[in-house]
Amino acid sequence: MTQDIAQKIQEKFPADFVGMNEFRNDWTVVVKPDRIVEIALFLRDDSELVFDHLSDVYSVDYPDRSVSGGERFEVVYQLNSIPKRHRLRLKAGLREDACEIDSVYPVWKSAGFLEREVYDLMGIRFRNHPDLRRIFLPEDFDGHPLRKEYPVEGKGWRNTFEFLPTEEPQT
Amino acid sequence: MEAHTRQEKENDPNRVYLNDPEPRPVTEDLPLRRSEDLLLNMGPQHPATHGVLRVVLELEGEKIIKATPDLGYLHRGVEKLCEGLTYQQIIPHTDRLDYICSMSNNFAYVRAVEKLLGVSIPERGEYVRTIIAEMQRIVGHLFWLGTQALDIGAMTVFFWTFREREALLDLFEEICGARLTMNYFRIGGVNGDLTPNVIFKLRKFLKEFPSKIEEYDRLLVNNRIWLSRTKDIAVISAEDAVSFGLTGPVLRGSGVNYDIRKAEPYAAYGKVDWDVPLGTNGDTYDRYWVRMQEMKQSARIISQCLEKLPEGPILTDVPQVVAPPKEKVMQDMQSLIHHFIIFTEGFRPPKGEVYCATEAPKGELGFSIISDGSPKPYRLKIRAPSFVHLGAFDHMARGYMIADIVTIFGTYDLVMGECDR
Repeated sequence: MTQDIAQKIQEKFPADFVGMNEFRNDWTVVVKPDRIVEIALFLRDDSELVFDHLSDVYSVDYPDRSVSGGERFEVVYQLNSIPKRHRLRLKAGLREDACEIDSVYPVWKSAGFLEREVYDLMGIRFRNHPDLRRIFLPEDFDGHPLRKEYPVEGKGWRNTFEFLPTEEPQT
Repeated sequence: MEAHTRQEKENDPNRVYLNDPEPRPVTEDLPLRRSEDLLLNMGPQHPATHGVLRVVLELEGEKIIKATPDLGYLHRGVEKLCEGLTYQQIIPHTDRLDYICSMSNNFAYVRAVEKLLGVSIPERGEYVRTIIAEMQRIVGHLFWLGTQALDIGAMTVFFWTFREREALLDLFEEICGARLTMNYFRIGGVNGDLTPNVIFKLRKFLKEFPSKIEEYDRLLVNNRIWLSRTKDIAVISAEDAVSFGLTGPVLRGSGVNYDIRKAEPYAAYGKVDWDVPLGTNGDTYDRYWVRMQEMKQSARIISQCLEKLPEGPILTDVPQVVAPPKEKVMQDMQSLIHHFIIFTEGFRPPKGEVYCATEAPKGELGFSIISDGSPKPYRLKIRAPSFVHLGAFDHMARGYMIADIVTIFGTYDLVMGECDR
C-alpha cells in the first residue's frame, strides 16, 4: 500500500523524483531538495496521504560520496499519518558545497526544533527557518560533531595537552 | 535629576513602589507608573525543571510573552558514541537516555535492531517484554504524578506514589539486579525469566494497585488548589498538538487517538484486551486524567499477560546474533566460536535502514538505524519524545503566569537525559 504512495509522488513530481526503495516494509522516497516544501505540502494535504505528523528529521553524512562528486549529506524526514496509519521516509540529498535546504517549518511545526538539531550537529542550513541557532552546543562551538571527520573524543583543550601523544605509536 | 541618596529616593515623586505601603490617591498630576518588559532566567539549576533545563522568559508583569528553552546541559553525544559501538554495546547507553524508564528505552532499541535483522522473538519472550514494559510505564507515571504534584505544592502524593514505585523497583531488582539502569533487554529476547516469586509478588501488587490509584485520586480530584492549577492550564488543540509532533499522553490529552501499541501492535499488545484513554480539552488536567487511566490499563495488560504467559524460551534461537548459554560455550566448539565472534566482533546485520517506533511512557520513542553491513551502526538517530515536546513549549506557555511554567514542565513529563541525549 505504501508503494502506491511512492508512485503517487513520482506521478505528481516527476522532475524531482530520484528513486524509491523498500527494506523491512519501510518505504523510502528520495527526492531532489529544491521543491521540498511543495512536496511536503502535497504529502500533508492530499486526502489519501494525510502525513500530518512529522516524527523526525535527521541527517546522514556520507563523505565517500563527496569524493566521487556526489551528494555528501542526506536530510531524512520520517513522516507518519495518524488518520491513515502509514509511515514514509522522505530523503533529499545535498552536496557539500551547497548544504542548504528549505525549512519545512511552515508545513509541520515540529520541524522547528528538529531542524535546529540537524543544523547544530551536522551543519546543514535551513532556509526560512524562524530561529536557526545551535540547540545543544554552545554558540561559539567549532565544527559539527556528527560529521564523520569529527573525532569521537572531541576537539578542544585536550588537544593542547603535551603529555598526550598526538600520533599513533609506530609499531 | 536622578535621585542618589536614600533621602532623595524617598522624596522622589517618580518613585515606583513594589509594595506600596499606603496606596496613594490617583490625582491628575501623579506621573504614570513605569512599565517595562522583564527578562527572567529560569534554570538550569532549578528543582522544578526536572534536570538541567534553562528557560529564558520574557515577561509582562507575571504574564509570559515568550519562553525560550535553552537545552544541551546534558548533551553527551550518545548518537556519535553509538557509531563507534557494536549493536550489543549500545543497550546500556539507552538506559541513560530516559533514566526514569530505562526498560522502555531498552525495549525501543532492541526492537529497532530486531527489525533491522528480521529476527522474531519466542512467544514467552514477547509476553515477558510486555509485562516489563507495562511495569515500567506504571513506574514512569507514578514518578510523573509524584513530581508534578510536588511541583504544584502537594507533597503527600509524592510519598505515596514513591511507595508503590519502590515495590516495582524491588521487583525489577529481583528480575535483573538493578533498579534504575536495568540493561535487561537483549537483541532477540530478554536477559532473565520471571521467577515464580516475582510473579507471586506482581500478582499481589496488581491486586492492591487499583485501590492505591483511588487513594491518589482522593488527594487530588477534589483538591481546589490542584484543580485551579491544572484546569485550563497549558491548553493545546488537537491540530496544534499533531503539528508540533506531540505523542503519548500529551497528544491523547488533546483527544487524538494515537497509541502505537494499538496502531502498530507489537509484543503481546495485540493479544490482550485494553483501551486507550482520551482527554477532551487538552489541558493539564486532562493529561493528568489520561495518565491515571493509563496506569489502570497497564495493570489490566499485566494481569492478562500473567494469565496467558506461555511456557518456552525467552531468547530466540539465532546463534549468529544471540550469545549462547555459558554451559554450552564450555562444552560445544560451535557455541564457543559464536560466543567469541559475538563478543569480539559483533554480528553483521544486512545493509539497510529502519525506523522503529515504540510507545514509551512519555511518547513515541523511535530509533532510526542506518546499517552499512558492518558490526557497528553507520548512523543511529534517537527520536526522543521529550525533545520534540519541548518544541511546543513556547506555544503552550505564552499567556500563562510564571508559576504555570512549572506545571508545563511537569505535564510534559520531561527527562533531560532523553531530551539532550
